[in-house]
Amino acid sequence: MSADRGATPAIDVRDLTKHFGGRKVVDKVSLRVERGEIHGFLGPNGSGKTTSIRLMCGLLTPDSGSGTCLGFDILKESAAIKRRVGYMTQKFSFWEDLSIRENLAFTARLYGMKNRNQAVEAAIENLGLAGRADQLAGSLSGGWKQRLALAACMLHEPELLLLDEPTAGVDPTARRDFWDELHKLAARGISVLVSTHYMDEAERCHKLAYIAYGRLMATGTAREIAAAQGLHTLAVHGTGLSALAEALQNAPGVSQTVMFGAELHVSGQDRDALLSAVRKVADAHEIVETETGLEDAFIHLMNQAQDNFKAPS
Amino acid sequence: MTPATPRSSTFTALSRWKVLTPHFSFSRWWGMVIKELLQLKRDRLTFAMIVGIPIMQLVLFGYAINSDPKRLPTALVLGESTFLTRSLEAALRHSDYFRVFAVTDEAGARQALALGEAQFVVSIPADFTRRALRGERPALLVEADATDPTATAGALAALSGVVASTAEREFTGPLARLRGVPEPFAVITHRLYNPEGLTHYNIVPGLLGVILTLTTVMMTGLAITRERERGTMENLLASPVSPLEIMCGKIVPYVLIAHIQVGIILLFARLLFRVPFAGDAVAFYAGALLFITANLGVGVTLSSLAKNQLQALQLTVFYFMPNILLSGFMFPFAGMPAWARAIGEVLPLTHFNRVVRGVLLKGNGWPEVWPHLWPMGLFFLIVLTLAVRFFKRTLD
Repeated sequence: MSADRGATPAIDVRDLTKHFGGRKVVDKVSLRVERGEIHGFLGPNGSGKTTSIRLMCGLLTPDSGSGTCLGFDILKESAAIKRRVGYMTQKFSFWEDLSIRENLAFTARLYGMKNRNQAVEAAIENLGLAGRADQLAGSLSGGWKQRLALAACMLHEPELLLLDEPTAGVDPTARRDFWDELHKLAARGISVLVSTHYMDEAERCHKLAYIAYGRLMATGTAREIAAAQGLHTLAVHGTGLSALAEALQNAPGVSQTVMFGAELHVSGQDRDALLSAVRKVADAHEIVETETGLEDAFIHLMNQAQDNFKAPS
Repeated sequence: MTPATPRSSTFTALSRWKVLTPHFSFSRWWGMVIKELLQLKRDRLTFAMIVGIPIMQLVLFGYAINSDPKRLPTALVLGESTFLTRSLEAALRHSDYFRVFAVTDEAGARQALALGEAQFVVSIPADFTRRALRGERPALLVEADATDPTATAGALAALSGVVASTAEREFTGPLARLRGVPEPFAVITHRLYNPEGLTHYNIVPGLLGVILTLTTVMMTGLAITRERERGTMENLLASPVSPLEIMCGKIVPYVLIAHIQVGIILLFARLLFRVPFAGDAVAFYAGALLFITANLGVGVTLSSLAKNQLQALQLTVFYFMPNILLSGFMFPFAGMPAWARAIGEVLPLTHFNRVVRGVLLKGNGWPEVWPHLWPMGLFFLIVLTLAVRFFKRTLD
């Protein structure tokens, strides 16, 4: 079993479904994450990302569906999964009244690590917190808390990392460092499932999954997902773009408009209809046909999901 | 590819049990213990509570609930004035229990009793001395204010002693034939007094168990809900630590702390109330250990049932009430109806009260303590099983 376990995908779940109080939070989600892959998990707030992650690491029991994590059954072998998975919660969940070193040492004990002291000291060194290791975790800033949490969930050298919005509220430099670290881990064969709201982060993932209203809307590489939407996108430059966006909102052939700073992206499925619609209102503007980006694709997916599943009020 | 597994309900139940009780890891458990101790060290308020509550309760209960008050106002109605009545009056005046004032007639005495000016009326009828000398055993009437039954118990007991010793003293020489059993005169009291005769010696050892119940159940009662409220439970649950390890890990630090409390209470009981420690200390500590562990188990169980810290606190109070009322701390155990005694027998406090009073006051040792140890141990095992059973292993 353990010999061929290395050949199994890091995550392979099918049709996971979970209700909370009659509300379907996760609806038949199937996901496959290969070993050594960084898999981005995207979707609007409340779309079921956190619940899906919790289902995969045994923190929640699915109402239906099945699957494996690192080759272990998520329903029956959650103890084995927990020993091999590092789970970083969305909200900081370490002990604020323990110091950095105490938190790490406690975590090391929970995972029954043998070379505990070395591992803890190495983690502190890596964090660059050697001078502040005795500071209480509660007194750390958001960025440092996030780094501590990552260090703690990496301590027992997990084979799979489940990271729930690990970079929310973290400054850009720290985010970049964090992602460099993730790629190093992936190169060593560690698999990562990471949920995020940032497009730049999504683009750094090997593969992506987009979830909305509890349903998996799309999976694949960033390019595949963008292409799969069948969208043509025009980038409009010039002045008065907000008014232009307003005017194009309900124009025939236009499915969405997205502002990107000094640029307005107008997308639609029919290229000719799109062009004529934009030309009609944007006569004084520069219009360039551009590749449909990930953000365009996600906004398209979200609008679709809203149309399909939004409960009539 | 693993084939989809059908989930039969018995299978789920079995696997859930396996999940609940994986093999106990000493390392993980010890990790919990150390973490709890560190957190406790930084939680000043809890620490103050641990030291403050025992002392405060002991002083308040010990001094304020004085079930054996002294110098109670006593109206003396003398129907005659002889060597015997004068001697009785002097003896009453010398006793700590009575503050005697003379009233001329029965009506005045009644009024003093009704107004609360007198707690007792002692009436010596005319002819008392003559009949006593004849050996007719005349009656001496005592009327007690029964509104506070416990308050008068000690005084009433003392009264019999006063009377007996007066007889002893006065009937000498030719009158010596009147001494002995039966006594030369009877004391008729118009109320039965509390047979258990609550005293400091009784209430202070009882407080030991009451204080421990309150503090230990509350401390662990908050322990698990706190993790849940602060969001750290998610972290614990995502790790391989088992419910049993979490619970035992949370109990152990408080066992130490509760023993500190026992030390504090015993010290104050000795210093402030001069409560003796007559029996076997080892047997006592064995009882204390089991009692404390059982209560901590209750706290942990309530904690896994409660959704938040407030609920845990409410459940603590809910558990505290029957302990106060049915354990023999507040009311004599033997005087309770059978159903109340049955509940009382289950509670660790009932058994601990017997251990404490037995060891401290009666000088008991292992043979007397043992019958109360195993019920507490059994209670703990059952409670811990329930706690592990009800502990939510997931966030569902």
